Amino acid sequence: MFSRNDLAEYLPLLAAGALVTVQVFAFALVVATLLGLVWALMRVSKVRELSGFSKALINIIRGIPILVQLFYIYFVFPEIGIQLSAFQAGVIGLGFAYSCYLAEVFRSGIEAVDPGQVEAAQSLGMGRALILWRVVLPQAFKIALPPYGNTCIMLLKDTSQASIITVAELSFEGKLIASSTFKNTEIFTLVAIWYLAMCVPLILLVGQLEKKFGRK
Amino acid sequence: MIALSGVRKSFGSNMVLDGISLEVRQGEVVCVIGPSGSGKSTLLRCVNGLESYDAGEITVWGQRVDRDAHDIVAIREKVAMVFQRFNLFPHRTALENVIEGPVYVKHEPRAEASERARTLLARVGLAGREGDYPHRLSGGQQQRVAIARALAMRPQAILFDEPTSGLDPELVGEVLAVMRVLANDGMTMIVVTHEMGFAREVADRVIFIDGGKIVEQGKARDLLSTPQQERTQDFLRRVTHPI
Repeated sequence: MFSRNDLAEYLPLLAAGALVTVQVFAFALVVATLLGLVWALMRVSKVRELSGFSKALINIIRGIPILVQLFYIYFVFPEIGIQLSAFQAGVIGLGFAYSCYLAEVFRSGIEAVDPGQVEAAQSLGMGRALILWRVVLPQAFKIALPPYGNTCIMLLKDTSQASIITVAELSFEGKLIASSTFKNTEIFTLVAIWYLAMCVPLILLVGQLEKKFGRK
Repeated sequence: MIALSGVRKSFGSNMVLDGISLEVRQGEVVCVIGPSGSGKSTLLRCVNGLESYDAGEITVWGQRVDRDAHDIVAIREKVAMVFQRFNLFPHRTALENVIEGPVYVKHEPRAEASERARTLLARVGLAGREGDYPHRLSGGQQQRVAIARALAMRPQAILFDEPTSGLDPELVGEVLAVMRVLANDGMTMIVVTHEMGFAREVADRVIFIDGGKIVEQGKARDLLSTPQQERTQDFLRRVTHPI
């Protein structure tokens, strides 16, 4: 199926794409994690405006395809004066969309912490912020780790959606090469294997985390 | 001194505390007994503001208890609590559990707090277990860590919410022994319990609650040996002769 020449020719191109994929993934993950934590804390807040805002935001973003969100950021934002590169738009779009998925992951972790823990902390005279930081979040973190890992795997694969706004990541490079060489089978098989290879470490990591924290 | 006057509390249409008035003097040990669902735990939880109350007043050494007020923290520093299910922080060692309050609430130097925590853990019979996480300890040991954690705040009173109900029978004694020492040292204690033997021996006063009301109270020996009210007699008969 593959000649040695084919591999020598296409692999460097795909590698360049894979590097962009990893970059989009890493930046989007940071954005998604930080924002997700903010949404989750707002969501469990006793201030009704905050939790209402967060709930509405999460549901709106969850209800809109990532593809459409990317179109919006890349094509509509310039009309209101926000000009972003394809890469920036991809990171922000994916990061924002995934922040809402992660918010739910974090929230379920926070809500799974035994209420007795909060009471014990209160009975020691701890204030709300201290309880959150010293008692709730460390335990919520452990509970949320396995689903967090799962969401990371989904994000890694969803970076391919950024190709639609011309981010030159792995699937974009694959499509480019395939359409100019007509070696669809070879190229897309390589692309698939490459994605899988990038996911395997994450999958193994999630498996480890589940073993460590999943049951008790 | 802890004083309750006319305290009422309901969950929806269910009246849990129906006008409770009670005074607990400095150094007094009061055991609260009664059937499940009678409001014993709620009463205790109202005293340090874990639960709000609808009417009446609770004061702790003169300070009014209001769950939503800022000074509730000051009350909780004065009145520690020990829970039925221990509620130790599972992600911290025994020692870290004990110093959590002193270091992060009272801002005591860590070294000093640790030193004292070691002394307290030794006092509850857990010398050498400072580095163990709660899941490595038996229920009785966990509850003793919880008592050390309460003591670390140098409270003026400790509330015990069924401290031995979550324990295997053979572990009850070790926890009661620690509580007995505290009582003899003059700690002010309100203990919700089903351990009638402990109440008889340690309590200065026993209070029987049913339906959110204090049905009967008196010296431990009097109330447990010669209860005056029919409901108290019924309850004690069922507790001492379960079959």
